[in-house]
Amino acid sequence: VTGLGAVREGRLAFPAWGLLFLALWMLPRVLGMEENPEHNNHGNEGFQIVTFKWDHVQDPYIIALWILVASLAKIVFHLSHKVTSVVPESALLIVLGLILGGIVWAADHIASFTLTPTLFFFYLLPPIVLDAGYFMPNRLFFGNLGTILLYAVIGTVWNAATTGLSLYGVYLSGIMGELRIGLLDFLLFGSLIAAVDPVAVLAVFEEVHVNEVLFIIVFGESLLNDAVTVVLYNVFDSFVSLGADKVTGVDCVKGIVSFFVVSMGGTLIGVIFAFLLSLVTRFTKHVRIIEPGFVFIISYLSYLTSEMLSLSAILAITFCGMCCQKYVKANISEQSATTVRYTMKMLASGAETIIFMFLGISAVDPYIWTWNTAFILLTLVFISVYRVIGVVLQTWLLNKYRMVQLEIIDQVVMSYGGLRGAVAYALVVLLDENKVKEKNLFVSTTIIVVFFTVIFQGLTIKPLVQWLKVKKSEHREPKLNEKLHGRAFDHILSAIEDISGQIGHNYLRDKWSNFDRKVLSKLLMRRSAQKSRDRILNVFHELNLKDAISYVAEGERRGSLAFIRSPSTDNIVNVDFSTPRPSTVEASVSYLLRENVSTVCLDMQALEQRRRSIRDTEDTVTHHTLQQYLYKPRQEYKHLYSRHELTSNEDEKQDKEIFHRTMRKRLESFKSTKLGINQTKKTAKLYKRERGQKRRNSSIPNGKIPMESPTHDFAFKEKELEFSDPEETNEYEVEPMSGGIEFLASVTQDTATDSTTGETGSDVPLTGYSSPREKLPSWKPDQPYDGKPPETSPKTNSSQNNPLPVNPEELGGPGPKAPQEKRTLLNMHAHLRSAAARRVQSRRSFHRPKPLRYPKLQKLASLPQSCHILPHSLEQEETQL
Amino acid sequence: MGSHGSHYEREAELDLILEETGFSRANLSGLHQRFQYLDKNKNGFLSQMDLHNIKELERNPLTDRIINSFFPDGGQCVDFGFVWVLAHFRPLENEDSTAGDPQKPKPLNSQNNKLHFAFQLYDLDCDGKISKKEMLQVLRLIVGVEVTDEQLEVIASRTVQEADEDGGGAVSFEEFTRSLDKMNVGHKMSIRILK
Repeated sequence: VTGLGAVREGRLAFPAWGLLFLALWMLPRVLGMEENPEHNNHGNEGFQIVTFKWDHVQDPYIIALWILVASLAKIVFHLSHKVTSVVPESALLIVLGLILGGIVWAADHIASFTLTPTLFFFYLLPPIVLDAGYFMPNRLFFGNLGTILLYAVIGTVWNAATTGLSLYGVYLSGIMGELRIGLLDFLLFGSLIAAVDPVAVLAVFEEVHVNEVLFIIVFGESLLNDAVTVVLYNVFDSFVSLGADKVTGVDCVKGIVSFFVVSMGGTLIGVIFAFLLSLVTRFTKHVRIIEPGFVFIISYLSYLTSEMLSLSAILAITFCGMCCQKYVKANISEQSATTVRYTMKMLASGAETIIFMFLGISAVDPYIWTWNTAFILLTLVFISVYRVIGVVLQTWLLNKYRMVQLEIIDQVVMSYGGLRGAVAYALVVLLDENKVKEKNLFVSTTIIVVFFTVIFQGLTIKPLVQWLKVKKSEHREPKLNEKLHGRAFDHILSAIEDISGQIGHNYLRDKWSNFDRKVLSKLLMRRSAQKSRDRILNVFHELNLKDAISYVAEGERRGSLAFIRSPSTDNIVNVDFSTPRPSTVEASVSYLLRENVSTVCLDMQALEQRRRSIRDTEDTVTHHTLQQYLYKPRQEYKHLYSRHELTSNEDEKQDKEIFHRTMRKRLESFKSTKLGINQTKKTAKLYKRERGQKRRNSSIPNGKIPMESPTHDFAFKEKELEFSDPEETNEYEVEPMSGGIEFLASVTQDTATDSTTGETGSDVPLTGYSSPREKLPSWKPDQPYDGKPPETSPKTNSSQNNPLPVNPEELGGPGPKAPQEKRTLLNMHAHLRSAAARRVQSRRSFHRPKPLRYPKLQKLASLPQSCHILPHSLEQEETQL
Repeated sequence: MGSHGSHYEREAELDLILEETGFSRANLSGLHQRFQYLDKNKNGFLSQMDLHNIKELERNPLTDRIINSFFPDGGQCVDFGFVWVLAHFRPLENEDSTAGDPQKPKPLNSQNNKLHFAFQLYDLDCDGKISKKEMLQVLRLIVGVEVTDEQLEVIASRTVQEADEDGGGAVSFEEFTRSLDKMNVGHKMSIRILK
């Protein structure tokens, strides 16, 4: 969107750009060389191999360069953490803009780079506001809606009126000298300078981290006051053009009516488009690739539509984002959600960067500067003073009704956080010079005000917040207890409200959530999404994922040595080969499960920091699974380029299916473990018990699988029955389901492969991982392998309950992989408890006869030796048991 | 402040209620009206049925628990004393004022009492601990039917495990409090209109 906007703003181009980016002069020529020959025919000297057509690409080129400069500047700013922790980025960008503008001016004396209202309102503002709406904490927002509305509506009107009137009063006293403006002009100016700017507030407050209530109030105000600003601006603008004497009372009433129309209409448009968007995403199952696009396009349309109807566009897109978020997030796939999240953040932060930089650049233009010390200084004084007064008065009023009181400190921050920004600037530039005679004065004053608030207040708000000891927001992990009890509290409160016969927030929220559950969710969410939307379940799921991921991470940390020794290409190859997982690997899985459980689990706390981007990891995991989990024979077309498909749908479906099955199994086994343990042990701590249980259980398949005698096997089986429901065991054995372990295994493996090939920092010795029981005496990672297909594996395998000779390649392929894989798997599966063990057991009987894959066998032979490392090492490990 | 007693007694009673619950007079009279409205038989008592008859409560999954909390010791009736229960949900006053006077018993709406009220709703057998079973029961109530029993059980045990610090396999009140440390219970368990 921003890019498009930039294209439209082709006027930005100016001849002196070449001076500014002298070094880049060569680039267009190079590009020109590569251009299509057909464009080169216009020359009069016949065919030219190379032409230089700067004009042809000028506009988009310059825009791209500006964006590049802004982005590079961001990188530079963040090189020094010291600077950015003190000076807000927005201020730095403005200064950068000033410098760049100065350079441009010095070179060319024409300021053709300015932040034009079209550019700003059509292309730069929407992404920022959409981002704000889409990630709005809805509950917090609606919980404080009353407060926000009061500040946004009354506060803004107050600011506009008092600032305008006071300035007019001072003007009448003659301090400002002779100006060609009347009362209406002052009010117009007041109305455009009154509004707190969402872009500036976001930019500054994001770095300050005040508590969420305070943030939502200031930020919500800055978003919702748009309607007021738009109306006031339009009203006074038309009044000014009408002329003061022709304004009637009817016009004033119209103005008030138009406020309601503009705000309600904008909101309504937003809600309608949110509805549409949610509905559309419900049916995008087969067009996953463009799924994220809908979010942006439809939201943007809501903005444009309400702009078209002269309603509040900011309100429209804000509410569009806010209302759709729940359903969209439920409907779109995990990957799309990530895409949406990142794209939105990227667009918003890009737009923000450009806005502030262009604000700086725009200021370098002597033609717009009209200095009037009194006017400018008084404006600064008035907006600050009246902001404070307004906040104090309104807070006093609000505190009579608010449950959570707004303290003096909060009020200080709120007053101080009244930043003005690009909205005011864009509005003031929009003024018609013919109607508003002192437009330039207004423009200069607005620039000064914006710079003052963003730079000075932005700089000082952080120390202020620290000095006042404002409650900070804290980021923390979601806890099941909080979620669960929070939900219970909601119910309790709404019940108490019902009993005490009052209608309050909780009553309304209760009503709404009922409506949402009964109607909206049914209509707007996919059926599958409806089921899994329970929040408590989500938190639970999230926590489980975190655990799983931290297990994996821990495994990587400890076991990665094995990875690192072998070249990365081998890993890739191995991934491919090992996917149809032969039994040896399974054995190793359980083996590892048993061995490493305790250590890994105890290390949980140390892993906090690794858990940060759980969702992302989750995505990666899923993604890699999609790529590499080969349930069916490998399909070559996967490697072909396709614009419309990232991976084959077939696979995706399969994975989903299996993933669900796995989760289900896991839960079941979890339960059965619990039940089993309750009978055997009473006192131990719950999770310790589980660990213990798991350890015992997981030894079963290990003992059972590839070696020893059938009797041994049998004994273990009996043992297992002890610990779990007989029914359940049966179920596992009967159900011809085997995907689970494979799936998970490949997932873990992929993550492991990924990170180890990427980051090779962890040098924890392998031995640190093995418990006393586990000995890997003969295995060394770099030990050469003789290149023959591993002979040992079929032996061990067939000796047991597997009558079919296993394809040596299948065993050999994963050979080098196995040790590391085991480690990671172990961690992953630590969570699976005994389920994994049982599953391994059960699936063996069904999936043993694997088709031979000769092509792969051949391929294996051609691989570098290092990737064949000692398949027998695995066997050795196991036979020791 | 039932319908019986002399004027004097009622005044004294009223003062006591005001003091103990912290309600304002206006609030209290509003609640009294509500009490009379709920008291369909006009006998000065609310029976369990009276409360169950509140239409809005039908959809609330925790209705039974909450109504039971109005009837301590398994009683069937409650007089105007039901405001004591409601008083738990008054918003906290300035945090400093509650902390200032250690001698006085904590007001009903103190954070601790709010939590305790909630805790009681979980702790069905009143042994001062939320067992996994009790947790599961509550979960079953407030989680949608889509979630399977197995999932619920896992969630319940995980919840208990998360809060259970001493390894007792159940959540004591202290652990319950600590598990909600980060949540602003004072705000969360308050109803603005009961201010």
